[in-house]
Amino acid sequence: MQKVNLCDACSKEKGVQDPTGFALADLLLGLGATDEIEKGAPGQKCPVCGFSQADFKKTGRLGCSACYVTFAESLSSLLKAMHKGTEHVGKIPERAQRAMALNNRMRALTENLRKAVADENYETAASLRDQIRQIESELANPQ
Amino acid sequence: MNLSAILASAGEWLRGEGPHHRIVISSRVRLARNLRNRPFPGWAKKAERNSILELVRARVEELPEMQEAFAENLQELSALDRQVLVERHLISREHAAKGAGSAVVVNRRQTLSIMINEEDHLRMQSIRSGLQLKQAFKLVDKVDTALENKLDFAFDPRLGYLTACPTNVGTGMRASAMLHLPGLVLSELINQVIQAVSKIGLAVRGLYGEGTEAMGNLFQISNQTTLGEKEDEIISRLSKVIETIIEKEHDARQMLLQKKPATLFDQIGRAYGILTYAHAMPSKEALNLLSIIKLGMDLGVFPEDHRLAIDALFIETQPAHLQKASQQKLNAEERDYLRAQIVRERLKLFPKPDISKLAGESGNYPATGPSNDE
Repeated sequence: MQKVNLCDACSKEKGVQDPTGFALADLLLGLGATDEIEKGAPGQKCPVCGFSQADFKKTGRLGCSACYVTFAESLSSLLKAMHKGTEHVGKIPERAQRAMALNNRMRALTENLRKAVADENYETAASLRDQIRQIESELANPQ
Repeated sequence: MNLSAILASAGEWLRGEGPHHRIVISSRVRLARNLRNRPFPGWAKKAERNSILELVRARVEELPEMQEAFAENLQELSALDRQVLVERHLISREHAAKGAGSAVVVNRRQTLSIMINEEDHLRMQSIRSGLQLKQAFKLVDKVDTALENKLDFAFDPRLGYLTACPTNVGTGMRASAMLHLPGLVLSELINQVIQAVSKIGLAVRGLYGEGTEAMGNLFQISNQTTLGEKEDEIISRLSKVIETIIEKEHDARQMLLQKKPATLFDQIGRAYGILTYAHAMPSKEALNLLSIIKLGMDLGVFPEDHRLAIDALFIETQPAHLQKASQQKLNAEERDYLRAQIVRERLKLFPKPDISKLAGESGNYPATGPSNDE
């Protein structure tokens, strides 16, 4: 009977790659991806949670969801190396779907408003402005 | 519902009734979710972690699926109880190591478990018997949809669900199946399979997930990436690969029967002999030998009506289950004696291996065709 030991070293030997957790951080550290992060924004801290790049290097985990915005530039190469694609194509929560729809509508209305003002069509502009305010309040208070 | 009530029943996946259940022990799908702009559990201060726990736990316990659930904060559970939950695959090893500020909620049927403040604020997983990844996803997806209306999940239109570890970002989904592959191990083909699987972006792990050893010829196969692919695409890709592995396992067993029947029967006979007469049995040895008995059962060497007894021993001989059953803390040596004793007692009524029945799987195996995973 043959045993298969899938400890860290053996699994590497067998060509098994495990991108989760520290193994991946190590792997990518080797490739210099986390150095990229340092170059991207040295000493930067997440304004929401106070997490820094040094913390990421230490733990391989981020501090909060806003870190993805704070460290967006530097994370992008890391994500590219890790995943199949660079954009989410799966499930979208209803809340986010509504927000995305409202944002799209907002963009269209803002553009129309700009045109209406340029054409000195103030009656339309006033109505558009009211619609925009309505959407702004919906976006500010979801549900 | 308390822990002993949970433990008294085996849980759907342990009863082994799902499609391809002889080779696919269980299918699991977990989703990672976090609250927007709140520090992830590993970065949150104690007070913040507690406030997130309180908020999330209340919403989770309101779920219709979680009526009559087992819900407990981890610091209320003994180390032994946590280990029992790990052995049932209801919480992760990482979660078992957590103390104050983390909790687990498990439904009555043990098909759904939600870890609060593991690495992410929420880790929701559904576990089913056999190859049922789609069904497992369906349940956990439903629960996720119900929760997202009550909790503001961190989601980015471009990156998807935002998780503590960038390896989970996107769908936040990990789908996995636990496979019993003694044929591929005995015929020394397993490494080829492992290599092939890892080349196509899937991960192979041991019994308790990340960084654990493969024991009892049990292997977990799961998706590695979570960004750039839809949930149902990931699941159907994984299911197809698993179906191929099932076929390879059947082929390997047939080859062993044709080319090395004596070796095969020797393995089964030795496993039976040691399990029946040993007085000290480490858990790894127990798993490896039980795996061979299970193979013997698949091949018809043991009568089918004894299958549940063997499947149950896989879990009951695990260290925490053993100590829970004996209601005392035991050292490793004491556990080995007790384990051997339990196995011997169970196998007392177990028939001897009947080599004349060693005729291959064709008679009792309807499972090599396309999956009825619908």
